[in-house]
Amino acid sequence: MKRVTEYLKSLLLLELAAGLWVTLKYLFKPKYTLRFPMETIPRSVRFRGLHALRRYPNGEERCIACKLCEAVCPALAITIDSAPRASDGQRRTTRYDIDLFKCIYCGFCEESCPVDSIVLTDILEYHMERRGENVITKPQLLAMGDRFEKSIAANRAQDAAYR
Amino acid sequence: MSMSSDPMILLWTLAKILVIAVPLIIAVAMYVWWERKVIGWMHVRMGPNKIGPFGLLQAFADVTKLLIKEIIIPTNANRFLYFTAPLLAVIPALAVWAIIPFDNGAVLSNANAGVLFLLAMTSLGVYGIILAGWASNSRYALLGAMRSAAQMISYEICMGMALVCVLILAGSLNFTAIVEAQAGGKGLFDWFWLPLLPMFFVYYISGVAETNRLPFDVAEGESEIVAGFHVEYSGSAFALFFLAEYANMILLSFLAPILFLGGWLSPFQGWHLGWFSQPGWWWLFLKFFIFATSLIWLRATFPRYRYDQIMRLGWKVFIPISIAWIFVAGLFKYFNVVTIGH
Repeated sequence: MKRVTEYLKSLLLLELAAGLWVTLKYLFKPKYTLRFPMETIPRSVRFRGLHALRRYPNGEERCIACKLCEAVCPALAITIDSAPRASDGQRRTTRYDIDLFKCIYCGFCEESCPVDSIVLTDILEYHMERRGENVITKPQLLAMGDRFEKSIAANRAQDAAYR
Repeated sequence: MSMSSDPMILLWTLAKILVIAVPLIIAVAMYVWWERKVIGWMHVRMGPNKIGPFGLLQAFADVTKLLIKEIIIPTNANRFLYFTAPLLAVIPALAVWAIIPFDNGAVLSNANAGVLFLLAMTSLGVYGIILAGWASNSRYALLGAMRSAAQMISYEICMGMALVCVLILAGSLNFTAIVEAQAGGKGLFDWFWLPLLPMFFVYYISGVAETNRLPFDVAEGESEIVAGFHVEYSGSAFALFFLAEYANMILLSFLAPILFLGGWLSPFQGWHLGWFSQPGWWWLFLKFFIFATSLIWLRATFPRYRYDQIMRLGWKVFIPISIAWIFVAGLFKYFNVVTIGH
């Protein structure tokens, strides 16, 4: 008897009809597609994207060349050289390179920084066109900080209560 | 009557051929777009939506790309057969449209042996595939061609038997006569799908197998043999295979309504619903659209059949059903169970 019902089931294509019903339901479901350049998903304030070096409101750069970030970086992506600044003798970085190919975006540099200088912004759309562009330099990092200071500060203010 | 005696007849026929062939090729392009769109929607995606409004021009962009691509010929390929094969695939796929009626009288050649011509032409298509597989001198292509040959021969039989059932009831090999034989006062219950219900499904599924579509696309089998018979073809040669496959799908979507669902007859014929009860080409095109979409639906739903399962379905399920139903159709005819025509 069981064999007969099994045979009839397969002959009448019942399971295939069930499958067709599933795809028919999905035909009318709202689509998950994100039209990327026009639409973006909401990003967490803790998102770890491209790096930036911040400044104080008076325009002085925050970084004091303590090299904690260089020491903590598990991927050895950060290279720092330092020297007394010519104008006032303060210790400052003369070189601050981050190799984006080595960086694993763990955020340890930001955690370790005593002056909140190096940060990871929520920018994830960037690319390199030529060999060597993967190493971003101090002026580039400072420019990133200047350009996105508003969103960097806002994200950190929003997250401050949970840290 | 010789054609050359009257150049006007020749020109007129040529014009009619263009009126059928050009919209057919555009329909293939739109069908590809519609297929990608529907499969996208069933995958909860959007499908092509960048080129043209709603991505409508996507297929034309693809065609342009294919036509300007280089044709790469394998070194050890048989060049003559290599180039003959796509033509052998596409010529029958286009030629068969000569006998397809779109409305009462709207047909290029109202041949009395239309069904025979159809069988002949659809069987010729498989030679294109077999030759493509053989002439490419590639293992994958040969495997695909062998699978395709076995599959097409198996399903041609039950497809032919389904046609036999139809022509037993209709008493004619002429497509217009077959459609008119389904006319009657009971609307869609006068069509042949009701007395020939199993054969309707046998014909439809065999047709899917015949066009090498999922779930019967072992001849292509991307995940197993890359692209099967057309793995060595690129550019416009590949485009011809593509055109042939989709023209055959459109053909199947026209034939199933013509043979079983009353062609251009209204499903409400004789129900006195005014305009809705009138026959017309729009009914045929509506039925075509439903069938064409159902082919896409099948593709979006089912995984590929295993090769031995395809053979089992063809030989041990469809052919016994077909043979049994030929007798049933004969009995229907003998005892006048089915009303034919008005």
